[in-house]
Amino acid sequence: MATRETPEISAGSMADIAFLLLIFFLVTTTMDVDSGIMRKLPPPIDKPDDVKVKQRNIYTVLINSADMILVNGEVGSIKTLRSDVKDFLRPHFPDNPKFPETEAIELDINGKKFPYHKSKGVVSMQNDRGTSYKIYIHVQNELAGAVRELRDELAKEYYGMPFKELLEADEEAAKQIQKAVPMAISEAEPADFGGNK
Amino acid sequence: MSKFKKEGGKKLPAISTASLPDIIFMLLFFFMVTTVMREVELKVTVKAPDASEIQKLEDKSLVSPIYIGKPTKALQKKWGDEDRIQLNDAFAEVSEIRGYVEEKITGIAEYKRKKHIVSLKVDADAKMGIVTDVKQELRQANALKINYSTRKGFNADKN
Repeated sequence: MATRETPEISAGSMADIAFLLLIFFLVTTTMDVDSGIMRKLPPPIDKPDDVKVKQRNIYTVLINSADMILVNGEVGSIKTLRSDVKDFLRPHFPDNPKFPETEAIELDINGKKFPYHKSKGVVSMQNDRGTSYKIYIHVQNELAGAVRELRDELAKEYYGMPFKELLEADEEAAKQIQKAVPMAISEAEPADFGGNK
Repeated sequence: MSKFKKEGGKKLPAISTASLPDIIFMLLFFFMVTTVMREVELKVTVKAPDASEIQKLEDKSLVSPIYIGKPTKALQKKWGDEDRIQLNDAFAEVSEIRGYVEEKITGIAEYKRKKHIVSLKVDADAKMGIVTDVKQELRQANALKINYSTRKGFNADKN
């Protein structure tokens, strides 16, 4: 009589088991990547410092509790905010009293020194406690967009690529661009000027 | 005749399913590796506002989320419909943020602590008052890197 081999264990149900696990992980997976607007808060200070900034160097953006925007004392709109801020922050040389002062600095581009006139302009943003978060983010977005576009322009001029690519390719070079176009957005200490909360 | 000639009249052999488990396992491992389990149960409704100048948060272990929004429908009876802060799994007061941030920072390896980011997940309809309070508290806690969580797709021209 021939010796019988031990029968193989059926692997047919293996697929079912794997499917079960697969479905479990499919359901529990959250693929969303967290993203958002990055900001740096100013370090805590005991008393507000009295840094005097000339009026022509400040661009004020106020948002009241009715979500209306006041730009340099006039009613502004989110649509024109980005281009207005860009115009303000773009260095104007020779000196133009309508725009912020400039400061002469040197940029170190690929080992060569380039003279550059950096704008001293600062965008000052203030909001009310009753302002809605949505508008606040939209204004923040436009301000960040203005700075990013100015950096892009400069990065393209000197390095031939947008700032984001430059940041990945050459961090030192990106620092030069950051030096020339700082993130000049300051948030005033919160106030209450919109009335009803 | 040829040794290999099939005996006629037989049915087509069934396609082997022996490699099916392997394929499924491959998919399984992919999802196992990419899965991030939801760490908290949301007690507030957060519908993030939209923006376009956004950056991705790379390492989730360095991010401490703070949720702000109205309590969910089921919880509104007990907690009202004012904007509230949620830390970990519970509602919290502004004063608890400092402890929360410190606790999160101590959980991070020392050389990475500088990269710690607080992600503010705030509902679009929330008021800035509570957000400002949170921001002031974060300054006191020296957690200065923050990220306003947003969705993609804002265009000022279309607003």
